[in-house]
Amino acid sequence: MATVTTARREGILRRPTATTGFWSWFTTIDHKKIGILYGATALVFFIVGGLEALLIRSQLAQPNGTLLNADQYNQIFTMHGVTMVFLFVMPMSAAFFNYFIPLMIGARDVAFPRLNAYSYWVFLLGGMFIYTSFFLGGAPNCGWFCYAPNSIFDPTVGPTFYALGLIITGIASTAGAINLAVTVINMRAPGMSLFRVPVFVWMGLVVQLLLAFSLPIITVALFELLFDREFGTHFFDPTAGGDPVLWQHLFWLFGHPEVYILILPAFGIITEILPVFSRKPLFGYQFVVFSGIAIGFIGFGVWAHHMFAVGLGPIANTAFGISTAIIAIPTGVKIFNWMATLYGGDLRFTSAMLFAIGTVTMFVIGGLSGVTHAIVPSDYQQTDTYYIVAHFHYVIFGGAVFGLFGGMYYWWPKVFGRLLSELLGKLHFWLMLIGFNLTFGPMHILGLQGMIRRTYTYPESLGLTFWNEVSTVGAFLIALSILVFLVNVVVTHAKGRPKAIDVADPWDARTLEWMTTSPPPIHNFDEIPTVHALDEFWHRKYVEDERTGRLVPAQAGAANGHEEDAHGGGHGIHLPSPSYWPLVASLGMPLLAYGVLYSWWLVGLGFVVALVGFYGWALEPSVAPEDG
Amino acid sequence: MADVAIERGGGHGAEHPETTTGLSHTKLAMWIFLASECMLFGALITTYVLYRGRSIEPPYPADIFDIPYTSVSSFVLLASSLTMVLALSAAQQRDEGRMRLWLLTTALLGMTFVGGQVYEFTAFYHEGLKLSTNLFGTTFYVLTGFHGVHVTVGVLMLLSLVGMSSARRLPDDPSFPIEMVGLYWHFVDIVWIVIFTVVYLIPTPSPGGPGGP
Repeated sequence: MATVTTARREGILRRPTATTGFWSWFTTIDHKKIGILYGATALVFFIVGGLEALLIRSQLAQPNGTLLNADQYNQIFTMHGVTMVFLFVMPMSAAFFNYFIPLMIGARDVAFPRLNAYSYWVFLLGGMFIYTSFFLGGAPNCGWFCYAPNSIFDPTVGPTFYALGLIITGIASTAGAINLAVTVINMRAPGMSLFRVPVFVWMGLVVQLLLAFSLPIITVALFELLFDREFGTHFFDPTAGGDPVLWQHLFWLFGHPEVYILILPAFGIITEILPVFSRKPLFGYQFVVFSGIAIGFIGFGVWAHHMFAVGLGPIANTAFGISTAIIAIPTGVKIFNWMATLYGGDLRFTSAMLFAIGTVTMFVIGGLSGVTHAIVPSDYQQTDTYYIVAHFHYVIFGGAVFGLFGGMYYWWPKVFGRLLSELLGKLHFWLMLIGFNLTFGPMHILGLQGMIRRTYTYPESLGLTFWNEVSTVGAFLIALSILVFLVNVVVTHAKGRPKAIDVADPWDARTLEWMTTSPPPIHNFDEIPTVHALDEFWHRKYVEDERTGRLVPAQAGAANGHEEDAHGGGHGIHLPSPSYWPLVASLGMPLLAYGVLYSWWLVGLGFVVALVGFYGWALEPSVAPEDG
Repeated sequence: MADVAIERGGGHGAEHPETTTGLSHTKLAMWIFLASECMLFGALITTYVLYRGRSIEPPYPADIFDIPYTSVSSFVLLASSLTMVLALSAAQQRDEGRMRLWLLTTALLGMTFVGGQVYEFTAFYHEGLKLSTNLFGTTFYVLTGFHGVHVTVGVLMLLSLVGMSSARRLPDDPSFPIEMVGLYWHFVDIVWIVIFTVVYLIPTPSPGGPGGP
């Protein structure tokens, strides 16, 4: 690894200097290490959430299941939802954005590296805080939407943990969102206009702005819920004139943009994968970008389609039905663009490509069942049935999760300098595809037969047994596929490290992140590339032959990013030193939250810890003198 | 906010399209943060407006509001925006003594406002309006309380700036951090104009009273 100059001013508060070793993970402010931390943490939560899913499916495999009682079932399905949404898909997307946005725009790090570390630690502690509820009187049991007034009158501590935990993770996401948005807007490499950035980065920007503008709404809702439960207010209390429907409005005003916060990262990932493995530029770049922006905008105007059955009246229902149908248009535009990208391409069916195609196809199924909910009378029949469960798993699992796994196969060599096994990768894909469709396909039928959501068991006389059995078999197939993935990771990392040249650009890729070594040096690029076109790296590798019009490799050495390593650059690049203050400041957060539950002394302690952290942060010596 | 100045790699020649806004990262982040805060206060104010006049038990706003008193404390808060601007002006002229004086004045005005709010809350409490009394108490205390916390955070930042300036910990040109805290401070003031209008100035119909249902 190239040496990096770490000039430090002496001060009372010394910054740690180690950039390798176990403890460096606690003080790192390198966006790549933080990305890996996000990814590893999200994967752990994914496995926990997956085990909860297996418990759910085991309970429902047969009529009158007795594995879980009703109370336990409520906790498990709630935590399954909360985990998968807030502790897996969101942080896994954050992992990709953290790692790849700076690399893809030719930056050395994000705009605020220490804030980035703070976001990660707050997220981790928030997730752990929610999970401690299992040992402290019971996990949240109110569904991931925690509807009032049920949630305010619930006598357990679960909904309080829910409110506090999501406020904490929301703070983490807001800080991360502002950080990454500034990075994209302000830190692009020379020549990289906004219409030369990869679509993944565009989707990253849209998602960060969605986060920044939707999370405050749920934060308010969660505070109101918290105050209703702990301090006797009446926001959602009908006995004092409060309106439980307000909770639904505030929740879904966040909750629908949240759907796009979950899916757009995966859309961005597959938009990088499909052109690479089709050996074609993306069809209709501008259309894909503007469709993503349009989805983000319209996403704020469709929330009441989650509430058609509440009784908002025909005018509101019609308006939101129409806006919901409209949002299918930009989504459809994207799907057609992806298909047109594949059309006539020189297709290579690698694991990453299979997952990307899986994302498109499964998302189309989920999107079409989504259109059926946009039709209000049809939705009256479907609402609160397993048909809805089938729909949102097709879009979130079939869409987002497939896309995220595609991203892992695609970028694994970039991050770790090792290629995952293609054989095991394809086995993973096919097992997951079959398992996924066996699990969630039958839920359409179950829902239309009248099986209600969130039921912890069902009598045999309803005739739901067969499809529930199928669904449970499918769930275990998915678990098997994840096991294959984990084996793949272990096997890959047990083998020796491949030669750097084999992982430098294994897919013949198109974008800037492949112009540096795999894994990249701490300063990302020895020399920041100057960008002349969309798909800059591709244009440096290939030129069009003037006579035949076919692509031919560019003159060797004319544009090879790797040669720069030969003369071992990186000297004289100033990067901020690691810092432990983000971790200290983040420790205040769970203390505050436990304090609300148990003791005002803890609240005070949390304030002190957070303040100490922030002052240490503000006052610690900076690295380079010009940092001020 | 020392992480701003990571090397940006290469000069920006005229032949390249703009790849940055020209704003510093911190200022851009502050604007996005304030936009995000608009949604926070937007949701809180919406809740208040939704529940206006829907309390089913007294006291109602007309029973306990002392509008002249709150007008004076609002004036104090708005005046602090002026002293904030004066502090920034002094900072731009590198006159750190005068800058500290105006920052301190701004902080004192902010503290006067928060103190006035504490007094007001206490008075309302003794007149029978608790957080849990009715929807008015619920929404009023939470909305104005959130704002009060924001002012308090602002006061803390102002006092920190004064302390850092005294300890010579600010950069040679201190105007940038002053401007950033100033943006936050003006935002909090502007939000108060909306809250004061919506909560205090627009009469709330109370059941049984004039204009009630």
